[in-house]
Amino acid sequence: MASNPFAHVVTKVSGPPSAVDYGADKLLRGVVWGAAAVILLLVAYIVFELGRQAFPAMLEFGPEFIYSTTWDVQAKQFGILPEIWGTLYSSLLALLLGGILGVAIAIFLTQDFLDHRVSNVFRTIVEMLAAIPSVVYGLWGIYVLIPLIRPGANWLHDTLGWFPFFGTSLSGPGMAPAALVLAVMILPTVAAISVDAFKRVPYKVKEAAYGMGTTRWEAILKVMLPSASSGILAALVLGFGRALGETMALAMLIGNSNQISLSLFAPANTLASLLASSFPEAGPIEVQALMYAAIALLAITLLVNIFGLWIMKAATRKFEGR
Amino acid sequence: MTGNISQAILEQDLASMPQLKGSVLEGRGLKSRIYTGITWLLAILAAFPLFSVLYMLIAKGGARINWETLTELPPSAFEVGGGIGPAIVGTGVMVGIGAAISIPIGILAAIYLAEIDPHTKLAHTARFLAKVLTGFPSILAGVFVYAALVVAMKSYSAWAGGIALAVLMLPTVILTAEEALKQVPQKMKDAAYGMGCTRAQVISKVTLPTGIPGVMTGVLLAVAGAAGESAPLLFTALFSTYFINGWEGLSEPTSSLSILIYNFSGMPYDNQIELAWTASLVLVLIILVFNILARVLGRQKF
Repeated sequence: MASNPFAHVVTKVSGPPSAVDYGADKLLRGVVWGAAAVILLLVAYIVFELGRQAFPAMLEFGPEFIYSTTWDVQAKQFGILPEIWGTLYSSLLALLLGGILGVAIAIFLTQDFLDHRVSNVFRTIVEMLAAIPSVVYGLWGIYVLIPLIRPGANWLHDTLGWFPFFGTSLSGPGMAPAALVLAVMILPTVAAISVDAFKRVPYKVKEAAYGMGTTRWEAILKVMLPSASSGILAALVLGFGRALGETMALAMLIGNSNQISLSLFAPANTLASLLASSFPEAGPIEVQALMYAAIALLAITLLVNIFGLWIMKAATRKFEGR
Repeated sequence: MTGNISQAILEQDLASMPQLKGSVLEGRGLKSRIYTGITWLLAILAAFPLFSVLYMLIAKGGARINWETLTELPPSAFEVGGGIGPAIVGTGVMVGIGAAISIPIGILAAIYLAEIDPHTKLAHTARFLAKVLTGFPSILAGVFVYAALVVAMKSYSAWAGGIALAVLMLPTVILTAEEALKQVPQKMKDAAYGMGCTRAQVISKVTLPTGIPGVMTGVLLAVAGAAGESAPLLFTALFSTYFINGWEGLSEPTSSLSILIYNFSGMPYDNQIELAWTASLVLVLIILVFNILARVLGRQKF
């Protein structure tokens, strides 16, 4: 070996791949094909298994389950309209707040407001907001946010109580703290996807606007926002999808009360927090009903997410032609 | 004389020309400044929750950080002291199970999507479903594993918890690993093919070794995300006040940091609430470590 340092190379360099090499190649292709198929099987199995478990309840309670309002284990009456309402209401409120904040942050980060280093600091802050677990937000909501907003909320109720949004006082957990925490939790999703949407707009477009003498905000509002609008819409829809399925923080903050109210300060419930709070102690019949509720949640989130991905695909195609 | 006249004309012209210099108080410029101010305010408002959370974690959770808290069993109702030892171990074990399942499958699937057959029906469907699954409510992973496994095993277990986490980690691993493998320059692969390598050889000797930092970034982010999950553990692993007891113990209810925080947050005892804050601090620190590692690895770009 010492005399010819290339000996080990020379023996290997010529000749076609051996039967072992071909075998390894075939094997690897088969294995990775199988791995890719796993995700298809997984999704199919999830839908099948949830459907199978919920089937008895679907037969027994029928469509009435979706639009009736009582959840009474003793009387075996189950309805999830209040939960569907709470899920949509809390998610819409969160989308309103988190959407505005998220898009504002995306503008802030992409439209040359900041020095590179400062913008990296804000980027890190947004990423850290996404990294904090849901339960920690829940804990923070209970011991910081609720005491913080309670005086303001009760003042609003006392002075503007005739207004349906302020119809009740905030005694503790309720819609407002839940929606606020939810807004913080979807902000990073909305911001990240919107940042991508803004970055996809060719730089020429902005230069053309500046060249016509626009101020920075005229360029942002009249050129950049409309150009990135489909990507931002995708960000909002996907953020909404996130909010619909968010569980722990809501289970801790929304009050788990089976009622439909417009009031921001009334306790409510969502599908996900109904599952979280009722499942561990549920008897066999209630488990079936909860499986039905899980199917409803699955259907809503799948629809919203697929819609969001579809818009995102259309938005990407607009600039990249694929 | 002529100079004076032309000077006068020039001044007249200048006066009739539009004023090109912007003024601070002029409508358009003012509007722009106001919007910028609002944006700054919104950005600071968005950063407020993070600093508030971090402050509370350090102020309330930091007080109880010591060896005793990190290793002891959780206290019962009126007990003082106690710790979060079993929860730390339980979270580690279940995230480990989730990682052991999802990382190999995820990376292999990513190899298929990025290298072997990126444009087949299977590839398009798998990619689409992985994206859909990233928005899959985590509680439904718990419901699914409950229906598929807990009912069959007749017991809550660390296995069930780990598998529920694997379901949530898989799409993240697949999508980030695919992106990372696509970043490997085509030239490097072409050079290997040119030397007569089979696909398996190109993948194992060129694509994977070159793309591995990016793949690791995705893996670490998936691990960080899984460590913070609680909804999928709620009725798969349930909770326990004891340490996992050997291999047998993996088939029994298992405690985790996130469920400990959830359970203790609603208790009327100060001791438990303090421990919930300490557990939150530990959990956030674990997640931050993985996030920072992911960032450091992800910095390497072509």
